[in-house]
Amino acid sequence: MNKIFEIPLYPYTRSPDQDAQTPARRKVVIVGAGPIGLAAAIDLAQQGIEAIVLDDNDKVSFGSRAICFAKRPLEILDRLGCGQEMVDKGVVWNLGKVFFGDRKVYEFNLLPEEGHQRPAFINLQQYYFEEYLVNRARALESEGAPIELRGQNKVLKVTDRGDHTELLIDTPEGQYTLEADWLIACDGAGSPIRAMMGLDFVGRVFEDNFLIADVIMDADFPTERWFWFDPPFNKGQSALLHKQPDGVWRIDLQLGWDIDKEEEKKPENVIPRLKAMLGEDVKFDLEWVSIYTFQCRRMEKFRHNRVIFAGDSAHQVSPFGARGANSGLQDTDNLVWKLKMVIDGTAPDSLLDSYDAERVHGADENILNSSRSTDFITPKSETSRIFRDAVLDLSEKYEFARPLVNSGRLSVPCTYDGSPLNTPDALPGGPARTRPGAPCPDAPLGNGFLLGDLGDRFTLLTIDAEAPDTLDESGITVIRLALSGADDATGALAARYLGDAKSAVYLIRPDQHVAARWDSFDETATRAAIRRATGQE
Amino acid sequence: MADLILKPNLAQADDVYADLLAAHEGLSKEDSDALNARLILILANHIGDRAVLRAALDAARTAAPAG
Ligand SMILES: Cc1cc2nc3c(=O)[nH]c(=O)nc-3n(C[C@H](O)[C@H](O)[C@H](O)COP(=O)(O)OP(=O)(O)OC[C@H]3O[C@@H](n4cnc5c(N)ncnc54)[C@H](O)[C@@H]3O)c2cc1C
Repeated sequence: MNKIFEIPLYPYTRSPDQDAQTPARRKVVIVGAGPIGLAAAIDLAQQGIEAIVLDDNDKVSFGSRAICFAKRPLEILDRLGCGQEMVDKGVVWNLGKVFFGDRKVYEFNLLPEEGHQRPAFINLQQYYFEEYLVNRARALESEGAPIELRGQNKVLKVTDRGDHTELLIDTPEGQYTLEADWLIACDGAGSPIRAMMGLDFVGRVFEDNFLIADVIMDADFPTERWFWFDPPFNKGQSALLHKQPDGVWRIDLQLGWDIDKEEEKKPENVIPRLKAMLGEDVKFDLEWVSIYTFQCRRMEKFRHNRVIFAGDSAHQVSPFGARGANSGLQDTDNLVWKLKMVIDGTAPDSLLDSYDAERVHGADENILNSSRSTDFITPKSETSRIFRDAVLDLSEKYEFARPLVNSGRLSVPCTYDGSPLNTPDALPGGPARTRPGAPCPDAPLGNGFLLGDLGDRFTLLTIDAEAPDTLDESGITVIRLALSGADDATGALAARYLGDAKSAVYLIRPDQHVAARWDSFDETATRAAIRRATGQE
Repeated sequence: MADLILKPNLAQADDVYADLLAAHEGLSKEDSDALNARLILILANHIGDRAVLRAALDAARTAAPAG
């Protein structure tokens, strides 16, 4: 049977743009049909903005790569119309075990908070993730949405023409030129576009190699994340075992710095390592093997006139903490509504600079977290190893040391504190988690959930407060979502949005982040907050 | 927030010092280093105040000539 990542999902077909007398001009061209490029295209197209995706390949990600997807990206995918498939297929997990040497030092339960539609995490192979995104793009296309995937379209050259970007593209039938009002570069960590534009990508390389193997086996390991520090089967290094759908297991083995990558990748060298870990009798097949070195780095700026970088092209993190694809989806979530408003002429071009400010902040937070995890997992000096081992020894006996164990801090969304789009908090007693800049936490509402009613537009959420049903300000229509204590059977809404306040009015952005909040409706203040959140003030 | 105490604060200074040495007696360098690290982490948790710990780190750093 062919694996999904071996089948061309968007094979090359000739586009009329290749025969155009003068180069065709497109609204938004996206380079890269990875998770981030596909998400950007779906988001744009479902809001009626033309999105053309170019990829030099025609298949989904080779091998699993990303496997852990967090709650916030799943919520974003719900807004994009394909969250349910991911959750249905994915493996939900909550339990983790940490081993040190030959003993288990402790286990943890993520204990996800109740009252959210989506689980804290699912494990799903990146190739499924991309396949479902491609399916969603195809469904939109067949409904007539302006979206197109062009396989085997390799971008060779980009030229900034001031009010547009010119692209030179290679195909199996020769080259053509295309113009884009806006270009989103989602061409991955090695971003050729970044290189063509001579832009920097600075950060830190971790001098270590990891063997990543996905194996298919019928084993009765539980659905848990197992992490080993210095295990007997991989002395002095670390190891990870994590379950994916279809009986596929992710195994990460740290190998150290001085190794021969090509040798280590050979099945005759990989299989004995895996047997030492899994036991001699466990039968397994190798699905995918790769060797990685990790880096944490980002571009200085993500926006360069009409070329905008998103996902791995803009920032790269080590995988400990699952922040790569998870944070890339937050990039496009942040970008697309802004780009749409700029294209529609309802916001100034400068609104896009807030994408830079907010997502650079997000990238720095992710880089900080994943660098710290990597430093814990792969101590770089004798002293850091001594402290690391001390934490692990203590964690077996004393609870206090367990929060110090860092085998990956799982991805949580960033709060845009200090963003130029925020209006200062005006809800006395309001919970810190829903302060301006925060992503809205979900909450049960009657038979559904709050987040399903938010997003894609500005919303005025009122809880036990009066306000007009719609409000027009500078070409933006804000729609009210009126809730009261009666909608809140579990009390989660009050706990997450009211705190000690009796009533609240929230201005919520199209990406479900809080822009402003008050204890009651004040028209002048609301209008000012709308202008501010759209870069008009 | 409490300030870092750098005035004498141990009633039985000689006893405390002797306890420290006794705990390390007979240990290899490696085991001693590990013990010290565990001790620092336990004490850090007991203090439970990042500002005090940072002041302590500064005091420790600047107390001896740089090596
Ligand atoms: C071992 C491993 C484990 C990981 N685990 C996780 C995890 O658990 N959770 C998580 O969130 N992330 C994880 N990641 C990170 C995740 O895989 C990436 O963050 C994610 O793939 C980035 O998506 P992207 O769309 O930005 O780039 P990519 O997926 O790299 O896609 C870039 C696309 O651009 C195309 N392209 C490149 N150049 C051109 C060109 N000149 N013309 C046209 N097309 C071009 C490429 O063909 C490719 O399809 C992991 C990564 C690795 C390696």
